[in-house]
Amino acid sequence: MLAKRIIPCLDIKDGRTVKGVNFENLRDAGDPVELARIYANEGADELVFLDISATDEKRKTLVALVERIAAEINIPFTVGGGITTVDDVYALLQSGADKVSINSAAVRNPLLISEIADKFGSQCLVLAIDAKQTPTGWKVFLNGGKIETPLDLYEWAKEGASRGAGEILFTSMNHDGTKNGFANEALRQLSETVNIPIIASGGAGTMPHFLDTFTIGKADAALAASIFHFGEISIGELKTYLLQHEISIRL
Amino acid sequence: MNLVIIDYGAGNTQSVKFAFQRLGLNPVLSSAKEIIGAADKIIFPGVGHAKAAMEVLKETELHTFIPQLKQPVLGICLGMQLMCRYSEEGNTDCLGIIDEEVKHFEPLLKVPHIGWNQTTDKDGRQTSHYYFVHSYYVPVNNYTTLTCNYIQDFSAAIQKDNFYGVQFHPEKSSRAGEEYLQRFLDL
Repeated sequence: MLAKRIIPCLDIKDGRTVKGVNFENLRDAGDPVELARIYANEGADELVFLDISATDEKRKTLVALVERIAAEINIPFTVGGGITTVDDVYALLQSGADKVSINSAAVRNPLLISEIADKFGSQCLVLAIDAKQTPTGWKVFLNGGKIETPLDLYEWAKEGASRGAGEILFTSMNHDGTKNGFANEALRQLSETVNIPIIASGGAGTMPHFLDTFTIGKADAALAASIFHFGEISIGELKTYLLQHEISIRL
Repeated sequence: MNLVIIDYGAGNTQSVKFAFQRLGLNPVLSSAKEIIGAADKIIFPGVGHAKAAMEVLKETELHTFIPQLKQPVLGICLGMQLMCRYSEEGNTDCLGIIDEEVKHFEPLLKVPHIGWNQTTDKDGRQTSHYYFVHSYYVPVNNYTTLTCNYIQDFSAAIQKDNFYGVQFHPEKSSRAGEEYLQRFLDL
């Protein structure tokens, strides 16, 4: 049976991980490759690297980093952040990334989704959507949540899937950082709206939150950052817990 | 060992090369027949579109060369699918090593089939999880050595003579994948 996936997310700036990490067995907390190796050994099913470098110049270090990750890590990984063109995607895939995620650029230019899918295949394209529940429904936001758009979450997800996105990474801004659990109602509705895998993001605080997002939220994968980085939950113990609760998991 | 990865623009060539380097080998990437023909073992990678891939193989005349190889050849993902006679992906003729049609999954569950799934060997034993990502599949046939179930049973691995194929990505399947690649190297 297809296993539910656990995905740690690493924020990268100028080739280094940002946001604190707290591991006793880590020599260099800033090296993404070293952190990635620890997660892979603990049983992470995939990794997401999100580049938050502000300038193009510094973003170029990302390609070199991707090559190092691909050389050393034996599980799939996605790279996102600031991708705006087919050429950006080509450079990352050529360096060894398995998938790319696109977010704001896809909203500004939905054709980008089709172009990437046609050229490289849907399997390598994750459409990341940041959305917030407003009085008029779930709305898509851009630039890390700074800019509201009139786009409805479900309509946008549907368009993304029909244009060829292979997966949707949905971050609920109402839940992100709260550690109160994932946006399971919206996730479940997303799963019923589109027929591509959904990665839940935002709100992980405890192991039951992951259980809920797989059972109630029908998510195919769950992504989290700080609870893994600070060792609040280890991937191994989380997977054992989920297995005990009859979730299909790879150990 | 002289290990050659067939270089025809497939998407996962780099990852496959890295995976063998982690096993201590130094594979050569090549599209040249004399180099591929002189290899001890050959890897036929593949991520992308079947029709587009076949067009590249035809341009370089590798489409008639590959089926004549006598060394062990391992097709990965699209590489395995291309070993079949025909693919629904772009409705294209393939290499015809195995007389099967590659089909698209009926979307009864989410497609693509993405993630880690277990396979079953001929004796009914479950294997480790391997990483899959695909929308098309090779039906179970006489040459199936591992089956996997998603929406239906399909071929996770095939073998006919010196031609081996895996639908999953051993280069991305953690230790289980490394063990699989090592077994191919040890043949």
